This record gives sequence, structure tokens and C-alpha cells, in this order.
Amino acid sequence: MAAAASRRVLPGFGLTLGYTVGYLSLIVLIPLSAALIKTFSLSWEHFWQIVTAPRVVASYKLSFGTSLLAAAINSVFGLMLAWSLVRYSFPGKRIIDALVDLPFALPTAVAGIALTAIYAGNGWIGQFTEPLGLKIAFTPIGILIALVFIGLPFVVRTVQPVLQDLEAEYEEAAASLGANRWQTFTRVVFPLLLPALLTGFALAFARAVGEYGSVIFIAGNLPMISEITPLIIITKLEQYDYVGATAVATVMLFVSFALLLVINGLQAWTSRRMGRAR
Amino acid sequence: MAGALSSLAFGSVGGSAFERRAATRDPAWVKWLILGLSLSFFAIFILLPLIAVFVEALRKGWGTYITALSEPDALAAVRLTLIAAAIAVPLNLIFGVSAAWAIAKYQFRGKNALTTLIDLPFSVSPVVAGLVFVLVFGAQGWFGSWLGDHNIRIIFAVPGIVLATIFVTFPFVARELIPLMESQGREEEEAAIVLGASGLQTFWRVTLPNIKWGLLYGVILCNARAMGEFGAVSVVSGHIRGQTNTLPLHVEIVYNEYNFAAAFAVASLLALLALFTLILKTIIEVRAASQVAKA
Amino acid sequence: MSIAVKNIEKSFGSFRALDNVSLEFPTGKLVALLGPSGCGKTTLLRIIAGLEFADGGQVMLDGENASDRNVRERQVGFVFQHYALFRHMTVFENVAFGLRVRKRRDRRPEADIRKRVNELLELVQLAWLRDHVPAQLSGGQRQRIALARALAVDPRVLLLDEPFGALDAKVRKELRRWLRKLHEDLHISSIFVTHDQEEAMEVADEIVVMNQGRVEQIGKPADVYDRPATPFVYGFLGAANVFEGQVEGSDLRVGEDLLPLGGKEAPDGATFKAFSRPHEIEIEPDSRDSLGVKARINRILNVGGMARVELSGTQGRNGSTATHLYEVELPREQLGTMSLEEGQIVRLHAPRLALFPSAPPGTVQ
Repeated sequence: MAAAASRRVLPGFGLTLGYTVGYLSLIVLIPLSAALIKTFSLSWEHFWQIVTAPRVVASYKLSFGTSLLAAAINSVFGLMLAWSLVRYSFPGKRIIDALVDLPFALPTAVAGIALTAIYAGNGWIGQFTEPLGLKIAFTPIGILIALVFIGLPFVVRTVQPVLQDLEAEYEEAAASLGANRWQTFTRVVFPLLLPALLTGFALAFARAVGEYGSVIFIAGNLPMISEITPLIIITKLEQYDYVGATAVATVMLFVSFALLLVINGLQAWTSRRMGRAR
Repeated sequence: MAGALSSLAFGSVGGSAFERRAATRDPAWVKWLILGLSLSFFAIFILLPLIAVFVEALRKGWGTYITALSEPDALAAVRLTLIAAAIAVPLNLIFGVSAAWAIAKYQFRGKNALTTLIDLPFSVSPVVAGLVFVLVFGAQGWFGSWLGDHNIRIIFAVPGIVLATIFVTFPFVARELIPLMESQGREEEEAAIVLGASGLQTFWRVTLPNIKWGLLYGVILCNARAMGEFGAVSVVSGHIRGQTNTLPLHVEIVYNEYNFAAAFAVASLLALLALFTLILKTIIEVRAASQVAKA
Repeated sequence: MSIAVKNIEKSFGSFRALDNVSLEFPTGKLVALLGPSGCGKTTLLRIIAGLEFADGGQVMLDGENASDRNVRERQVGFVFQHYALFRHMTVFENVAFGLRVRKRRDRRPEADIRKRVNELLELVQLAWLRDHVPAQLSGGQRQRIALARALAVDPRVLLLDEPFGALDAKVRKELRRWLRKLHEDLHISSIFVTHDQEEAMEVADEIVVMNQGRVEQIGKPADVYDRPATPFVYGFLGAANVFEGQVEGSDLRVGEDLLPLGGKEAPDGATFKAFSRPHEIEIEPDSRDSLGVKARINRILNVGGMARVELSGTQGRNGSTATHLYEVELPREQLGTMSLEEGQIVRLHAPRLALFPSAPPGTVQ
């Protein structure tokens, strides 16, 4: 290795790679392995009992269900928004384009209380929906809304550049071959966008599953009904149940790993589809 | 997951060239339908919460607003937030540059695995991120008893908050720089070396000017997240008013005391930071795009 | 400076980029490394520069083993394929870069640096672009600035990677002549890489033809063109007609036909590939003649100084026949006297043949 490193033309390989790996290990890998090691101190039965307790399972259903639904909603509207931003010109476009990233930049706690103020029973929108029997805040619907908020930029920002790079020639070719606008979209444009759209979906989903700050204010946090998985971890921690918290965290870590691999695969697919060799 | 951003970072906002070409022009009703739906969605889900923050903050007038921001606990929270960001951002900046140099400029085994691992903190729930530091440094953790013996507090103290912040903002700079430096290739650096420049000279004179916008972009996103992080910091903070509360945590405490106007006042400060971040980001995008257009 | 490489080996994974390459480059000459893409020519150039390190073998600069010497210490000038101009610096700063990054004690005073850069910009005739940035330059201008930048450090040797590759045809032609002239003025040992045989012929003093990581032939342009050492070189340096068959006495049996070898000696029964350039082939309009390879005229192109005739015929025997295409060039006046027609069957003669042994027909190659 030393010989190979000294034979590289640009200097600094050993230094930068060493620093990168060292810092990565110190900040990310070793702490994360702490969770795994702690989990391994449990017997399999005990672990299984913790992570399949009814209250925990209810939280998985809630977290994954609302996250999937939010990612799906964002895929539809995110695609439309990206389409509007790339294909149409309208006043205020620049500002809207910049504001799409607001959920990235706005601290989640701020988003959480703002959404609560809007959708609570006495809130801006809540006061109109509640008399109609639609309770939003402190129900799973509220959670869904918070997750839609934080997930939107992921879809828009993965689809938009692909849409931008999409040469008009494809659609002109389709049109010259006799396809109508709808056929052109479904058979030519959409398949080209699909990898990016799926990537955006997966990113939004991954973010939503782990989300905490924006959700807890609006969720109501009732066990079995509106308690998300990250909150279960917090609750267990506050009861000094480190083992329980870690076991649930390990489940979430595995989900994160799996999603990360899926997202990587999807991104590779996107760049292949777009002919951008990595 | 800001990696998703990087591909966009240097693209410009699309024009209406598509509307001029017959084959890419949508029928008027389709256009208005899509615009109507997407912009309404945008207004309800993005714009409305933003407006709500400021309206709620000023509901009880400027007097309450100013008081909420100038009370000692709020100022302490501002101070702690600034400290955490001031440590986390430079550290992750150095890491980002170093990682991008190693990954973008060389071929080596395990490069893809390394790139994936750098992304890891993005997909880990902030709550889990906080938890792992409790497991390492908490009273029950690996170093808990040693730290206790030496009277060093990390969890429920400032160091824990800084660590959690570093963790959640870990990939931002690296994820912006890696694709950027990969796309720029090695030729300019090689040319500098052939002309006799040293490694450091090459970096300062050739590499850095080429990546400055991407670098700034990453730093800004990193900073926004560092100042706004809630979940991870919440786990390790201990919520001691005036001592271990960052701004977002302060918002939560005040909010849970039903002091809504004050909570929104502090929140509006963070919202302004977010807007400021977005403005800077847009400026950088325009600058970077014009740099790319020139090249 | 004299440059030599000895037994250079280089692999990328399982791909052998350079396979035991040994070469000596004459001092003060302009040498072309010529070959198809992937033949290892650029890798060899980068190894000489010190931008890449060989797995085995040595690079000798002025008789000294420089294999372990850092690129910064080799004092080479390198012109990159895409120029690698520093995009954030002006033309002037680009050229001055190599002078400015020297250690303080070796660095010349600012006034000297300015003088030298201005001289170089005059030399490449682009002094008026001094304050422009690379993005504002045309391809040809970038190329010349890249050259000026490489020359600024007084390199002992100049290495150019596909110097004209990224330019359009007209600019390329101009720049070739300009580079040739510049070399005649400076006489600095230079090596350039190209895949364009015409470019190599026109510019270089010597040509090194490479293929699949090996040197096929070294020589002056005319020698390499007129006396190709291998079938590859023959085919690579220009259009070629190929006849394959077995020697029968003084002829080559090509399919059903006999092609006279034009006095060339070859052992009876041996299998050969015979090469001939389009202008070396003669057309015999009378197909009843007993000698010559039968072919059908597909197309006659009567434009420019030379007329071109495209023909097809069959080669091989015993059921393993295959259609072969031929190309013949002849002066237009001569074409006029022959009254050839498309569709006509004729016989081809090749008085000047280059013979290379080949595997017997029918064996898989």
C-alpha cells in the first residue's frame, strides 16, 4: 500500500484518505456500532419481544404507512411542481423554485409548531375542517401532512434536473412518429423520468421514516394511535430503558441501511438512464 | 441526502423554450391544470407554514416579540446554537474537502463503499443518531464510568450537542464536492504538478478556485442544518434551560409551556435563518451557473 | 535531451496497456506515437511524463534512470488533450503559473516573469489575448496557450497528448504546420500522440506505430508508409486492398483466380496476405484474361484529381467464399481512355504487393 501510494502523481492521497476514514469511523461508524453491540448483548428472544411489542408494532405501521403515503403524494405533486418549474414560465417562478428547498432549510421544530398552528382545532385551517368532522392535528392525518412537508423537496430536486436535461428532441421524435401528447408523455417522457422519480420517492420515504421534530408537535403522540417509531425510542430513553431504545433503534438502523442501498442503486440507474457515466 | 441536491446545484432554472416548440407544448388546459394543482399544493404545504410562523410570532405585538427574543434563556440558546455550528461546520468542511479529494482524484478499492458510508448519517433517524452517542458517552455507556470518574460531562452537556450536530451534518460538504470534483477531472491538477507546483500550491491555486461555489453551497446547507437540528440534539441535550438548550430546543420548551407567541417569535428567528440560507443558495446557484456557462 | 524507455509494462486490471515496450527517441526530433485508440500510446506518453507509473521497466532521461523521479522533477512540458487550462486564470496567469509556483529562492523577479510570459505569448502569436480567460478562447487559441504554458518552464522535453484531437479539420491543418515550424525554431525534443496517420506523416520526423500495447514499427514517415513492417501498419497507414491466398509458382491463388506476384519470391504452397494501395492497382478491362483477380465494378467516382473505382469480388474456395471490396485510384485521364462502366466485370493486377504470411484459409483467426 505504501509503495502504491507513493506512486500516485497528485500528492495527498494517503493523508486525505486516512483522515477521511479516521473521521468517518470516529463520528459515524464507531458510535453506530455501539448500537449494534448493545443489541447483541440481548438474547434473540428478548430482542424479538421488545421489537414486536404491540405498541412498537403499531408505531411501525404508523411510521411506515404514513411515510409511504406521504412519499406517494409527494411523487405526484412533486412531479407536477418540477414539470411546472421546468416547462412553464409564470410570474414568481424563481422565488417558488428557491422556496421548494424551504423544508430542507427550515428547522423541523419550527415546521412542527407552524403546521400545528394551522391544523389544530382552533387553527387556520383546522377551525374549518373540525366542524366537518375532519380532525387533522393530533391524528395520523396530521403526521401525514408533516411528512408531506418535509419530503417534497426530495422529489422535486431529483426529478427537476433530469427533466431539465431531457432534450426536446425526444418528444419531437415521438411527435414526428405520430404519437399524441399523452402517448409521448406516457411512453417516452415518463419512462425516462421514472428512475429519478423512484429515487425521489425513496429519499422522501427514508427521510419521513426517521423524522421526529416536525411530527411530534402535530402528532398527539397517543400510544397505539399516533405514536411514531422515533418517539418510541425517545420514550424508552426517558424511562432509562436503554436496552429497549437500542433494540428499536437497531431495527430502524437496518431499515436505513436497506434504504440507503436501494437509493444508491436507484441513483446509479438514473445516471445510466441519462447516459451520464459515473 | 443533500447529494440529490448536488446535481441540481449548478443547473439553471429552465426556460420556456419548451413552450415555443410545437412538440413540447402542452395544451393550454393541461398547462393550467398542472400549474393550478402544483402551485396550490405548494401554497398550502410550503408557503402557508412559512407565513404562519411570522403571523403567530407577531400575534401579540412587537413588544412580546422583542421580549421573547431578549430573555436570557433565549440568548443563551442563540449562543449555544452558534457555538455548535461554529464547531461542527468547520470540522465537516475539512472532512468534506479531504474526502472529496481522496474520492474524486484517485482510484482505489472500496471507493464506492466509502462514498455510501459517508451518506449514512442522512438516512439514519436523528433520534437514533442522538441515541448512539448516549450509548457511547452516557452514564450507562462505554466511557460512562471513566468520564464520570474524571468529572467530564458529554451527554446532557455542550459536547454531546456538538457531537450530535457534527453527526447529522456530516455528509453535507462532502456530498456537494465529490460529484463536482469528479466532473472536473484531474487534468488541471496534473497540469499544475507538471508545471512544478507542490500539492498545497495545486490545491490553493487550482482546485479551490474551481470548487469555491460548491464548497460554499455545502457550507451553507451544513450550517442551516447545524443550527436547526432538533431530534438528535434533543436526545443528548437534557433540556436544561439556559445551559443545554439550542434554539430549536428552546422553541419546544417555550411551546410546551403554552407560551405560543414566544415560541413562534424564536421560531421566526430560525425561519429567517432558513430564508437567508435559501437566498444565499440561490445566489450561489446563479454564480455557479454563470461560471459553468463561461467555461 | 535524449529520452528512452526500456521494457515498459503497464496493466489496468486485466487489460495490458503496454507490453514490454522499449524505445529510443532521438534528441531534438519531433516524434509521433501513432496508433488506434486503446493502443497504449497515451499511457506511454504519461509514463514518460511521470503522470503515470509503469508496473515494470525504466524511463531514461539523458541516460539517467528517471523512473522513480517525481513529475515535478522531470522538467517535462506536457500539453493535455483538452489543454487543462486553469479556467479561473487569465491567459497571462496561466502561462505564468509554472514560473510563479517555484520555490522562493528559485523564483525569478516579477519583471522577469512578465517579460518571459510576454515573449511566449508573442511566440504563439496571442499576446493580444493576454487578459482573456480560457472560456473566451477558441480551440486553436487554447491549444497554443497550453503550449506556451508548457514552454514557460523551459522543459527539457515537450510531450503532447493528441494535440489536435479536439479541433475542427481546418484549424487542425493550420496548427499542424504551425507546430512543425515552431519545432524547427526551438528544436526541443518532442513526442506527440495521435491516432491520425495523416497528421503523423505531415508533422513528425519519426513515427512510432503502436498497436495493442506493442510497438509495430519505427521509422521516418516515408519509410513506414512505403515499407510497412506488419499487416497492421499497412492497414493503419492508408487505404489497402487485401488479397489472401496460397502461392502457386509465381502467382498467388486468390479464390478461383491467379494474381501474379510481380517477381516477388515466395515458397510454393505458403499462405499469404498480399496488400496493395488503391493507386498501385491496375484494372484490366478484359475479364477473359487468364491472370488477375476478377471483380465487378460497383461504382465509379470521377471527382477531384484522381478517379476512384469501387469493386467487389469473391475470395476463398471450397464453399468458404466471402465477398471482398476493392478500391482503385487512377488519374482521371486514364479512366477516360478505358471506358469502364458500372456493373462491368474486370480483372485486377497489383504490380506492387506487400506480402505477409498468414494462417491458411479456413482456419479461424
